[in-house]
Amino acid sequence: MASVPRSFLLLSIIPTILILCADFACCNTGRKTGDGLDTDFSGFSVPLEHSFEVDDVSRFRMRGALQLRGGRETSVSLSQSQLSEEDRNTLKEVAAVDGLYKIRVPRVSLTDRQTERQMDGYLTAFVRACSLVESHLSDVITLHTDVSGYLIGVSIVTIPGACRGTEVEDEVDLEAFNTTLTIIVPTNAPQPETALFIERMDIEHEKRGKPQEQKSFFAKYWMYIVPLVLFLMMSGAQDQSGGGAANGGGR
Amino acid sequence: MSKPTSLFVIFFSLFVMSEAVFEDQVGKFDWRQQYVGKTLFAHFDSHSQSSKKLFLATDKNIFASFNSRTGELFWRHVDKAGPEGTIDILLLHGQDALMVVGGGRLLRSWDTNMGGLNWEAVLDTGSFQAACFVAMQDTVKHVAVLKKAGTVRHWFSYLVYSGGEEEVYVLGVVPNSHLTIIAYSLEDGEIIKQRSVEAPWLSSVESSCVVVGHGVLMCVDTATLALYALPIQAEEAPQFNQILLQSLDLEVSPGFQPVLVSSQPHPARSPISEFFLQLGPDHHVLLQLNADGYTIAPLRDFQPAFLVSFSTTGEKTVAAVMTPKNETSDVFPPQLYVHAFLKKDDSVGYRVLVQTQDHALTFIQQPGRVVWTREEALADVVTMEMVDLPLTGTQAELEGEFGKKADGLFPMVLKRLSSQVILLQAWLAHLWKLFYEARKPHGQVKNEVTIETLSRDEFNLQKMMVMVTASGKLFGIDSKSGSILWKHYLENVQPNAVFKLIVQRTTAHFPHPPQCTLLIKDKDTGLASLHVFNPIFGRKSHIAPPALPRPILQSLLLPVIDQDYAKVLLLVDDQYKVTAFPSTKNVLQQLQEMASSIFFYLIRSDQGNLSGFRLRKDLSTERIWEVVLPTEVQKIVAVNGKRPNEHVHSQGRVMGDRSVLYKYLNPNLLAVVTESTDAHPERAFVGVFLVDGVTGRIIHEAVQRKARGPVHFVHSENWVVYEYWNTKSRRNEFSVLELFEGTELYNSTVFSSLDRPHLPQVLQQTYIFPSPITTMEATLTEKGITSRHLLVGLPSGAILSLPKMFLDPRRPEVVTEHSREENLIPYAPEMPIRTEWFINYNQTVARVKGIYTAPSGLESTCLVVAYGLDIYQTRVYPSKQFDVLKDDYDYVLISSVLFALFFATMISKRLAQVKLLNRAWR
Repeated sequence: MASVPRSFLLLSIIPTILILCADFACCNTGRKTGDGLDTDFSGFSVPLEHSFEVDDVSRFRMRGALQLRGGRETSVSLSQSQLSEEDRNTLKEVAAVDGLYKIRVPRVSLTDRQTERQMDGYLTAFVRACSLVESHLSDVITLHTDVSGYLIGVSIVTIPGACRGTEVEDEVDLEAFNTTLTIIVPTNAPQPETALFIERMDIEHEKRGKPQEQKSFFAKYWMYIVPLVLFLMMSGAQDQSGGGAANGGGR
Repeated sequence: MSKPTSLFVIFFSLFVMSEAVFEDQVGKFDWRQQYVGKTLFAHFDSHSQSSKKLFLATDKNIFASFNSRTGELFWRHVDKAGPEGTIDILLLHGQDALMVVGGGRLLRSWDTNMGGLNWEAVLDTGSFQAACFVAMQDTVKHVAVLKKAGTVRHWFSYLVYSGGEEEVYVLGVVPNSHLTIIAYSLEDGEIIKQRSVEAPWLSSVESSCVVVGHGVLMCVDTATLALYALPIQAEEAPQFNQILLQSLDLEVSPGFQPVLVSSQPHPARSPISEFFLQLGPDHHVLLQLNADGYTIAPLRDFQPAFLVSFSTTGEKTVAAVMTPKNETSDVFPPQLYVHAFLKKDDSVGYRVLVQTQDHALTFIQQPGRVVWTREEALADVVTMEMVDLPLTGTQAELEGEFGKKADGLFPMVLKRLSSQVILLQAWLAHLWKLFYEARKPHGQVKNEVTIETLSRDEFNLQKMMVMVTASGKLFGIDSKSGSILWKHYLENVQPNAVFKLIVQRTTAHFPHPPQCTLLIKDKDTGLASLHVFNPIFGRKSHIAPPALPRPILQSLLLPVIDQDYAKVLLLVDDQYKVTAFPSTKNVLQQLQEMASSIFFYLIRSDQGNLSGFRLRKDLSTERIWEVVLPTEVQKIVAVNGKRPNEHVHSQGRVMGDRSVLYKYLNPNLLAVVTESTDAHPERAFVGVFLVDGVTGRIIHEAVQRKARGPVHFVHSENWVVYEYWNTKSRRNEFSVLELFEGTELYNSTVFSSLDRPHLPQVLQQTYIFPSPITTMEATLTEKGITSRHLLVGLPSGAILSLPKMFLDPRRPEVVTEHSREENLIPYAPEMPIRTEWFINYNQTVARVKGIYTAPSGLESTCLVVAYGLDIYQTRVYPSKQFDVLKDDYDYVLISSVLFALFFATMISKRLAQVKLLNRAWR
């Protein structure tokens, strides 16, 4: 049972909440957020891009900037701009034709500072545009890293995730993203729990072993054995010669 | 504490009862077939006249002995797989079989009578070149083995020759320069003499030279079109004597490398002076070296003749020539072994063993009668499927009646009557058969399975096993008896081809025949072709498969069916274009409608790239997600989805407190297993990623530290079980991952990857497994009610049926009331291996490579086929036979009790009535 909470702790959900900025033209680099625990790893910023087109041909535009901080405690925050009037309309149109809303981030390493952080290629994920609209731009973006701190995947889901076909009247609902951002590092899979098992076995053994050790076979059944022995001795003493003869004959 | 312990004991004793075969059940539901592989060397046992032994050494590193009358295996020695166990040569003399193994590493002598090892000697290092027996005064005492040790001589090809004298000759050639002849003394291995002969035309002594007659080296040269003769033992400076082929009126087929075939019947005597010269693919000439040792006389011309061979008995030598009977013989035999023997009337009899290209081994006796055939291609099964057998004629008739559209009342009545008559007929025939068979004594009743009598049994326990072998031969095997019902050899299959077998239409759609498609893909170029066939009869379908000009990256079977009930196969080429098969108008229309909900994934393990695509209406594709695992850190070794025909009966698990823990049943989930590129035992790891195949979302990411492969894993229902090697503790470990949605379902009616925002809970536990494993598979049943077992193939050849219950991450470390209520076994770090869990008792499956499971019509029963070198078929009952009455079920007792109760009720009712009446009168 102990493995349940452990595996969950290790998911180490560090939610960093959205930052609403009025007019963000481009990404702002070098912005530090949160605790300044270790200064060795200064944060760096990578662009978060999105694409939503009626004809489903990807044309990625800037959505915001991800502030990544590597090191012992990886953390991430997002600064993003509001959707423009034009974008809002496009998004609604895409939602109407059941198009996709795609995001992408460049492949980077959170820890490796010597080599070039950015590798070629992007990590892409998508969500149905209608669910994004119907959830009033409430999305959850998750970044996945591998053991050595490379970003390996990104995922986006909306809450709620379903497309029910409800119309979003209020334009204000589609202006700003309500983003929950998490970064997930791999869980360490458990090893066989030998130590605990041996400990438990020892305890069990002690509990069970003690009373049995105290009572030996003789101690347990002395009340049957003593009369039997006495009886045998008595009968043997009475006719020793006869018994001997019988034994000899038997052989 | 005593109460839980006793409960625990009772619980385990219940467990132990399961599985295990009773002695009288052996071979009732299971069968095993043993194979040896493609023959490299074959010898007939000529030790005694009446011997019926054959000795084979094969490419699967097996030395085996067969019964030449029946083709059954007497004994077989399976050596290590790979180059370590390669058999370089097999020499037979009397009762000694000498074998050089592992590229010249070991010299072994076997006793041919019993198959026991006489002795084994480790040879000096060096690569094996050639070997022969050396005889002195008619007794064979020595064996000469020639090995190449390092850089001693820069010869490139060798020949060892001994002609019954006290010398052994080694011929080595420096290509296009000269030939060196060295004579070694048999006494002490010293070099007696060494000579060098100019031979600028000679490049390889192995492929173009033989020894004929009294130590004459006969070589053939393509450039000058001439034969060269050289006496090896000549005292003075020897010289090649050129004999032009033209002078013998012989002509070589253009572009053909001529080959010489000679024979040395006994190591104590010199080779016979007759020899064959192959001038073309189907043209051989028998020549004779005259006594002077320089001139050649042609004896006979054989055309067409594919294979030639010599065989000697006593003083007589037989030259065997194999000619094709008809032009259509597609299975060209690459090897021929002939055994000649003297009959009682002193005439020569012969037996022939032919190895054909499709790895079939055929034994032929004198009048050209085929005694037996062994399908050795089955020693290398690549993939297989089990297909339901068709219904019987009567069943099909009924199906047809209800399947077709109604056409008026009167015809319907007539049809019904006719089908009733057919049913009555079939029933009477069945009764007659029963009666007829009952009169025969037991044991004589034998049901021969032929392709005509094939029909589905009551519980669908008998199926057709369609097996694809590496040589490109397809087999249809009856799962009940193991007899081969059809075979089909696919020519032009590259040796490195990858096969994927797809069942497009099952037998359920009468009158449409079932349809299987085999995707054959060249591993290097990626170019693929399709072979469409009927899995019941093995016949090639008349449906023309689409031409596939571009390399194929991915193939996927859609649940979409065309108007003929065939599932649609989508093939994605390297330009991400999609080809549909079948591609009728109906299908294309359906595809267009469904395009936006058809997703697929591609994996490029060399780049660590996983990407997802969506189909567009015009059958082009768009990339919608991408996950990249950097290859500098880890490489993808395996990806596995779930089996599409898997059913999960229970949506959740009832816990001790009566609440339900719902399973996370994502049909699109992929399990991706990676291994670290860093092989250091402290830093090596195995990664397990659970990725949604539609959205590309990483559901779970776990790293098993200090671990390395080979990783074997099974992905099913809501769990993944994987096995790896722990580098720190140096042992094999099993780990199980289970995914749960929690106590509430997000959407209980339908699962959609696009609408499942919450990540599942993941539970994991790891256990020590006391044995390495070679393969793993989970049992599969019709409705998924039966508990699951894991079938684990062990290197020992045993197949272990491990209850999934032991691999449950919810096994508690401390026993509580709740866990006891739930029947959870307390956690123990070591997984037990109980011998009664071996489903194949003593029928070990050598080098088990894969296990295939298929559901049967009975929910309790799962059909299992394990294949490797051998094929083993059986049934397993993971939850015992809960839906089958036992064989010894007492029908008499239960019916007599029923009748007694019935009459008792009647009588007591009557009595009660009488009593009531009497009381009313009172």
